[in-house]
Amino acid sequence: MLKELEELKTKAVSELDGIDNLGDLEKWRVRYLGRKGSLTTVLRGLGNLSVEDRRTVGAVANELKATLESRLQQKQEDLKSQELVDTIEQTRIDVTLPGYPVSIGRLHPTTRTLREVCGVFASMGFQVVEGPEVEWDYYNFEALNIPQDHPARDMWATFWVDTEGGGRSRLLRTHTSPMQIRLMEKTRPPVRAVVPGKTYRYEATDATHEFMFHQVEGLAVDKGITMGDLKGTLFEFARRLFGADRKARFRCDYFPFVEPGVEMAIDCFVCQGAGCRLCSNTGWIEILGAGMVHPDVLRRVDYDPEVYTGFAFGMGVERIPLLKYGIDDIRLFYGNDLRFLKQF
Amino acid sequence: MKVPFSWLREYVSVSLKAKEVAERLTMAGVEANVTEVTGQSWDKITVGQIVALEPHPNADRLQLATIDFGQGQSKVVCGATNVRTGDKVPFAQVGAELIDGHSGKPAKLKPAKIRGVTSEGMACSEKELGISDSHEGVLVLPADAPLGAPLAEYLGDAVFDLEVTPNRPDCLSVLGVAREAAALTQQEVRYPFSGYEEAGDAIDKHVSVEIADADLCQRYCASLIEGIKIGPSPTWMQQRLTACGMRPINNIVDITNYVMLEYGQPLHAFDFRKIGGAKIVVRRARAGERLTSLDGVDRELRPDMLVIADQAIPVAIAGVMGGADSEVTGNTTSVLLESANFNQVNIRRTSSGLKLRSEASMRFERGISPELTVPALRRATQLILQVAGGQAAKGLADAYPGKKEARVIQLRTSSVRQLLGLELTQEQIVNTLISLGFQCTRKDSLETTVTVPYWRMDVNQSADLAEEVARVMGYATIPTTTLSSELPRQQVDTHLAFREQLRDLMVAAGFQEIITYSLTSQEKLARAASAETAIRVANPLSAELEYLRTSLRPGLLSTLEANQKYEEGGIRLFEIGRVFLGRGNDLPDERETLGGVVSGPRGALSWLGEKGQSDFFDAKGTVESVLSRLGIEADYAPGGEEKFCPGRVARVVVRQTAVGIVGELHPKIAEGFDLLPQPVALFELDIERLLSVVKEKQGYRPLSRFPRSVRDIAVLVDVQVPAKKMLEIAQSVPLVSQVSLFDLYSGKQVPAGKKSVAFRIAYQSDARTLTEEELEAAENEILSRLAKDSGATRRA
Repeated sequence: MLKELEELKTKAVSELDGIDNLGDLEKWRVRYLGRKGSLTTVLRGLGNLSVEDRRTVGAVANELKATLESRLQQKQEDLKSQELVDTIEQTRIDVTLPGYPVSIGRLHPTTRTLREVCGVFASMGFQVVEGPEVEWDYYNFEALNIPQDHPARDMWATFWVDTEGGGRSRLLRTHTSPMQIRLMEKTRPPVRAVVPGKTYRYEATDATHEFMFHQVEGLAVDKGITMGDLKGTLFEFARRLFGADRKARFRCDYFPFVEPGVEMAIDCFVCQGAGCRLCSNTGWIEILGAGMVHPDVLRRVDYDPEVYTGFAFGMGVERIPLLKYGIDDIRLFYGNDLRFLKQF
Repeated sequence: MKVPFSWLREYVSVSLKAKEVAERLTMAGVEANVTEVTGQSWDKITVGQIVALEPHPNADRLQLATIDFGQGQSKVVCGATNVRTGDKVPFAQVGAELIDGHSGKPAKLKPAKIRGVTSEGMACSEKELGISDSHEGVLVLPADAPLGAPLAEYLGDAVFDLEVTPNRPDCLSVLGVAREAAALTQQEVRYPFSGYEEAGDAIDKHVSVEIADADLCQRYCASLIEGIKIGPSPTWMQQRLTACGMRPINNIVDITNYVMLEYGQPLHAFDFRKIGGAKIVVRRARAGERLTSLDGVDRELRPDMLVIADQAIPVAIAGVMGGADSEVTGNTTSVLLESANFNQVNIRRTSSGLKLRSEASMRFERGISPELTVPALRRATQLILQVAGGQAAKGLADAYPGKKEARVIQLRTSSVRQLLGLELTQEQIVNTLISLGFQCTRKDSLETTVTVPYWRMDVNQSADLAEEVARVMGYATIPTTTLSSELPRQQVDTHLAFREQLRDLMVAAGFQEIITYSLTSQEKLARAASAETAIRVANPLSAELEYLRTSLRPGLLSTLEANQKYEEGGIRLFEIGRVFLGRGNDLPDERETLGGVVSGPRGALSWLGEKGQSDFFDAKGTVESVLSRLGIEADYAPGGEEKFCPGRVARVVVRQTAVGIVGELHPKIAEGFDLLPQPVALFELDIERLLSVVKEKQGYRPLSRFPRSVRDIAVLVDVQVPAKKMLEIAQSVPLVSQVSLFDLYSGKQVPAGKKSVAFRIAYQSDARTLTEEELEAAENEILSRLAKDSGATRRA
């Protein structure tokens, strides 16, 4: 009986070693460990043996059963992992094939720039507000020290809007500056705000001129605001937008609604200030106009210029990406060719 | 305005190079660029003098010149015949850079042996110096040219091209720029000589001047010069006029232009014989009066235009242009020289009304002080006597009804310091202002009385003086400080934040943002939306850009069309911008709108298969997803406007508020925009209205801890029954947590007039695990309600 078991073991083990698939393995299990399997039969026959033999043979048979079951389990695991390996091998793909195209949208470069600019000022405590694009002559010009027939009106070629029968003059705002007046009319100081928005100039379009563009206006009025504060604010803005290495400078310029008036430039990032075509050989690139709010403007909104001072600035928005990316035609912005827009 | 450096240096001694002067002027507010530099490359070229001339031993046409160049003498071979012993000439030493007379290219001068004689240098022609194309002979310099001086110092020049801002008409003159340069370099201005002898009777005996309309003419001065001889003006004057971009005409006209450039005061010379009655009347034109101006154009004058008239008829349009009849000609022997001051607004209106802009009108409309008339008139009279001879009548005619006191400003040092943020002393301020010609008197240690010079009409108050101080000291001296004042209370602008969130959601939904012009054509507006309340621009650039848009559709559709040529796959575009709805003569209602358009294949072309053509449901799906992200549940009410395809359009309604529209564009309209023949799905949402229906998020729904069971049901129902109704019925049954319509079919195996609709229904309770019986009961309830309210029957 023991010998029989020994033979059974040898046979079962050798058969098991030869098995290479789960189907054959199941057959093997049935053959040896199944209800009618060889080992089961042996174990069932134990009842016929003497008590003594039953103990001896029983122990051996049980040990054999444990061995075979453990071998079976081992084999099962081996075969399963082999099968997985095979499956994986058979389902290899060409990973260089294009993936499933997912449509992703993009913001217009102007929107991105507006957010960037307003974000810098918002972090300095400037509130973002907006105003109308169709304006009264009063806000766009008169209240900003640019009365009717003033030669400075030539600085802003204007789209006028049809008005019937002697109505007040309306126009497409030529700058975001009218919001200086609207803001101050509505609130008492302190005021600290930026105004992004569309502006319009009556100009034929070419590579450097567009009749519609965006500006961001800034205004800060309170007791004790100085031109030094203007410089500090705008230099910090330039540093954040154009990088810490950029140099900025103020020069005197004229806008009727500020005094002193300022034009800010940064050193040319193409030639690093040496002079090139981009900067017209000056080494500097004009970025924005600014100045201290004109006392007459303050008086007009009932702010006492003896008590309050403030600064204002205004910048063209498209100019920033134009310079940053070396775009040579401003018409690309509102031509909306997707081949252009998809680059941003 | 162009100003030759050499002319500027006549009035102010600056040792700086032209480029440095330009830089200082620019920083101080007068943008200057250096153009047309001559003499930059004139190293090793000096003023030389020919001390001996002898024939070349081996060539008849050549001479040997011995030239003294200050530091020594050289013998050169010379081909020119125009030189004599004693002439001063530009002498180039070996190594100098010259323009080759034949090739026209720059070349270094080498020692040369010409016909056996060594030539150590060269006497130069204008062409060789790069001044002109003249190569006819050696340039002979004036006898007083300083021997041995570098030629660049003597003859070199540069021209400043100035961009003068409207507030600084005083800088539209060489003297004005000289005053700037002087202040910026701590120099004094030397004014030109303008003294002359007068002879004969007082001018009043010859001519009378009357200002009839004093509101338009503050001052009218004139001098009378008789016995002059018309001829060309001297070369130096012609050269300067040419350098400034003016054409020399004759000595009298050139002098009026020269002095205008020098002083900034426009002048006009009349042929005195043509002034009827020897009388000048400054008056408004009379109805029907005409005048042929100097440019030969016969002009009709309006009664609001100011003219200079003689006893009967206009002889000039005041401040704009003279008349042809009284023009100075070759036969003129007496000139009446006008130096006057006219109302700037009136001149601006007249010149724009006549579409006639002149150097004079450009200066008058920016504002000139009436105090300038006399100095400029004296200078011009002196130049006429010097250049054209004749004699000046005694005195000047001077009618001056508009005289004003010089402006006086009380300036507190503290206010300048406060505005600039710069620690300045009273002395620094005073010194700076004095350098610009202001008169300053210390009132006390805190305040200064400042008198504004007549030429600075732009300076009115303390802030203006602060700018003067800052710009002369340099804006670079202003410190860089940070705002330290109180931070104003921030008001939350929900609209702005909401709009930007919408932008981000549209991008997340795979749409490309575009920004199109706010101006469009009436035709496009009418075709895509409505032009009824559209506002017209009075001076449009073109008919394509004539109306303010009342809808984003024209921009979206035109952009779609323009891009269909290039794009392989489908196009998804959106724009957020304002539309303008007219409100009579008031400002329009500017409504911020979100518009989107989808057309073409759903996905890009891919080996993984197609997803079909975009249609109504792509647009609607986008709207649904965006609104759901904002916590808005909208109804889609069938029907809309005629611009859409009937049966494929719905109004987006949120709690009785119409917030927008979604639909497929009517094929005829798509065709009108030249779009490809495929569905074009559009949507428009009014951002303000959308914001009004957004509810503040309140609390949250706890998550159920019990399992969810999912079952599908399919029903047959009449085709007319809207899906929305069935979804609502299913949703209304207790225990139903979610209903998804996942299949819709009509056709084979479905009876005519019916459709098969399949729903996947999720059941869940917050309180317990549902039993099979409960699920069965809920499902039966759905079916019975569907049967009762929509006539649906379960599909076997």
